[in-house]
Amino acid sequence: MATITVERSFWQALPKPKAESGFWSWVTTVDHKRIGILYFWTSIVFFLIGGVEALLMRLQLAGPNQTIIGPDLFNQLFTMHATTMIFLAIMPLTASFFNYFIPLLIGARDVAFPKLNAFSYWMFLLGGIFLNSSWFLGGPSDAGWFGYPNYSLKEYNPGLGVDFWIIGLLLTGIGTLVSGFNFIVTILNMRAPGMSLMRLPMFAWTTMVTSFLIVFSFPVITVALLLSLFDRLFGTLLFDIFAGSDLTVYHHLFWVFGHPEVYIIVLPAMGIVSEILPVFSRKPLFGYSVMVFSTMLIGFVGFGVWSHHLFTVGMGPVVNTVFALATMIIAVPTGIKMFNWIGTLYGGRIRFTAAMMYALGFLALFLIGGLTGVMLSAAPSNAQIHHTYFVVGHFHYVMIGGALFSLIAAIHYWGPKMFGRMLDERLGKIGFWTLFVGFNMTFFPMNILGVLGMPRRIYTYAAGMGFETWNAISTVGALIMGLSILITLYNLLTSLRRGEPAPADPWDGRTLEWTIPSPVPEYNFARIPHVSSRDELWVRKHPQLAHGAVAETAAAEEAPEEAIVMPGGSYMPLLVALGLFVGSYGLLYYMPVFWGGIAVSLLGLVGWALEGDNLRIVRPGGSH
Amino acid sequence: MRHFQRIVGLAAMGVAGVALPVMAAPQYWLDPAGPVAAMQGQLFLLTLYIMLGIFVTVSGILVYTLVRFRERAKASARTGEAGTAARRETAAAAEDELPPQIEGNHKLEIIWTLIPFVLLLIIAIPTVRLSFALAADPGPDALEVRVVGHQWWWEFEYPQLGIVTGNEMRIPVGRPIRLIIESADVIHKFWVPKLAGKMDAIPGRTNQMWLQADEPGIYYGQCAEMCGTHHANMRLRVVALPQAEFDAWVANWGRGPVVEDEAQLAAVERGRMVFETRACYACHAIEGTAARGTAGPNLTDIGSRTTLAAGILENTPENLARWISDPQSVKPGSLMPRVGLSPDELRDVVAYLSSLR
Repeated sequence: MATITVERSFWQALPKPKAESGFWSWVTTVDHKRIGILYFWTSIVFFLIGGVEALLMRLQLAGPNQTIIGPDLFNQLFTMHATTMIFLAIMPLTASFFNYFIPLLIGARDVAFPKLNAFSYWMFLLGGIFLNSSWFLGGPSDAGWFGYPNYSLKEYNPGLGVDFWIIGLLLTGIGTLVSGFNFIVTILNMRAPGMSLMRLPMFAWTTMVTSFLIVFSFPVITVALLLSLFDRLFGTLLFDIFAGSDLTVYHHLFWVFGHPEVYIIVLPAMGIVSEILPVFSRKPLFGYSVMVFSTMLIGFVGFGVWSHHLFTVGMGPVVNTVFALATMIIAVPTGIKMFNWIGTLYGGRIRFTAAMMYALGFLALFLIGGLTGVMLSAAPSNAQIHHTYFVVGHFHYVMIGGALFSLIAAIHYWGPKMFGRMLDERLGKIGFWTLFVGFNMTFFPMNILGVLGMPRRIYTYAAGMGFETWNAISTVGALIMGLSILITLYNLLTSLRRGEPAPADPWDGRTLEWTIPSPVPEYNFARIPHVSSRDELWVRKHPQLAHGAVAETAAAEEAPEEAIVMPGGSYMPLLVALGLFVGSYGLLYYMPVFWGGIAVSLLGLVGWALEGDNLRIVRPGGSH
Repeated sequence: MRHFQRIVGLAAMGVAGVALPVMAAPQYWLDPAGPVAAMQGQLFLLTLYIMLGIFVTVSGILVYTLVRFRERAKASARTGEAGTAARRETAAAAEDELPPQIEGNHKLEIIWTLIPFVLLLIIAIPTVRLSFALAADPGPDALEVRVVGHQWWWEFEYPQLGIVTGNEMRIPVGRPIRLIIESADVIHKFWVPKLAGKMDAIPGRTNQMWLQADEPGIYYGQCAEMCGTHHANMRLRVVALPQAEFDAWVANWGRGPVVEDEAQLAAVERGRMVFETRACYACHAIEGTAARGTAGPNLTDIGSRTTLAAGILENTPENLARWISDPQSVKPGSLMPRVGLSPDELRDVVAYLSSLR
């Protein structure tokens, strides 16, 4: 027998994490499911922080001339509420489902780059901590989530708040960008045999289009943020009007990112709903290929409408008209989706589970969000509703009525697969109805307030403006929403401990994630499935629907593989992220710490590249 | 019947937010006071009605679908004894059988792609026409006002008339006003809802818009772009006057104090001395005096304004004294410092400023 000698370099000889449970196993994990769960809980914590910020603002606005919260704190609250909800709550909660379910939906054992995936998470977590630490280090930014210069520059914002905001967004942005690449490669390259692109579950499609949007839009915001940061830290004159700059350049850079960002948040939500509606109607998704192409069309046209946020900047009637028409065009693919969802329901056998109710809530509320969006696209009347509470109402119908409702639907639908326990259906439905009522009470009055002429971002208003009643109703609604979130959280936490154990396929599902146990074993699929249909599991359960040879592929999967090679953990992703995190404080307080942090990150990167694989062998047969 | 009407009115309010003029709402722009706001409001209502139609149709179909196709086979199978045998059979069969597994319909897809296009066209055409109409120059007859946004007050300069004022813009009724909009510091947004939609005041740029008031009256407005601490308190008023009254205001502007007796004149003179020698003159200008400051509002016609401190206080001698003696308690973060006048000086300054009508 020949002996193989393996030379191990210095880097390969470094200690590698071995823990399979406990703290260190989570810190060093590269398992997409564990990373998904980390994303899940972290985003929920940030969501609660953002929610408290929103409630404080609603209390201040409940009546005229109130002084519960002063103007500067109010400005900080709306800045941090928006930033937190968009970048630290909704996007990462979406990412949690990307992480956990994309490999399962496409029949893979992990994402394409597991270590990069861990790195994405750490950048998100540490970026979020960095941003929020500004509350304790002199106060956060008050320049709005858009951070327009010159208000965001040193002259008008001398503290460190804006620097924390910019660097925090850059840190999480690195994680988001990396994760965008990761999911594009994963979906294109890691699909199970037979999983052609036109057999991809809709959630995988929306994830891929979203990832492309991330890859094309995040560099733009990065540039805009870096330009502001250079002005603030190094005294460049990039946004100094006396040096010949035009401040509207930043407006355009920001919204070239900012508008696709809306679709980055909404497309995955549409994907989730497109998974849930067929399951609980017991029918396939209506117009699958049309849904795929409308997703791409929304993603594509979504890059050509940014200036509708700038109708009052003074771009002139030609530019305003072009962007108004482009914006109206987006309503067409969105409308197509709405009709196809209803087509999916029509003729089905509809089961009103909590997950389904949240998905239906999405349909109703996103409809209002979309229609008010079309109203905003008419540039001349936009000059009236622009920057009023009408806009605040509109985009919350998109962000909450659209994104959040579908994400809570996903918690009820996919939660059992992630945590191995069923959520309580009764509490789920109570949660739905309280959220539905509270949400409409909070945000519908805002549409009316906009028409009554209440501008956004004001910390107070005078009595006698006609704003009192609607603001009071809105605040009561916000409290009801808060109650609903607590109910859902209670449901989630108690179900995880005492809930009924979840079977592999609790909902009579259609897609591959329901073919494997709940919670999912480390290797996902004991044998990589062979896919012969768009609704693979559904067709296996109902062979009469099969177009081709299902039986033989199913037979080939009977025996599990004997040994599966899985990637083991690594310290390096966290090390690189920590270096950047600590270094960022150095940039603001003490430059040597910055260089130290950069050095740690570079060492981490070299270690990452050279440490080699920490492969583990898992035997599915033995573990059962 | 009246009760019924009120309920319908409230419902319309809740659904559409249009039937609101019953309430006092000085910034309610669907009750316009000039042609620009009227045209913008009409376009808004057009979009509103089309979207309401779509909402009612789509949500109606959705609710119908949910009610008609809700799962009920199991329930009727269990209570089968009450039903006929045939019904029991269908119920039992339905439980095993799947609903028709329809995957799509090309004809439907084409229909629901085309219908939105047509509806959008109905909105698109007036959008384009109005965009160009409102951007057109109001003509040589227009009165020009240069609007400059400051943290946190508004400056109005009338280049044709040589007048500068602050926070209250006086305009003649029925005449188009061409606004040249600029900013002295950060980005602001000029907005008088009942007269016209918004336009940004961006440092380093000059924007234009026009508006016109059809009826005399006081029209409220406020800054609509986050501009710092007192964004919420950066309010303004447009006072639309009949041409004759406007002409009188123009003629009187800068003519100095209006006094009734000798005693008052003496107080006003003392107040003017205080204004010209203490810190006031450094930031404020008053026509015909040594005060030429430009950091704060021009106070030449302060006595005739309805509010103080950019719309947060009613303009009364008491409020003026309160504002001057401690600006930071009225508007924390305001750029106006506490000057530290003696009670006598304060009384004289208030008398002086109040007389500048």
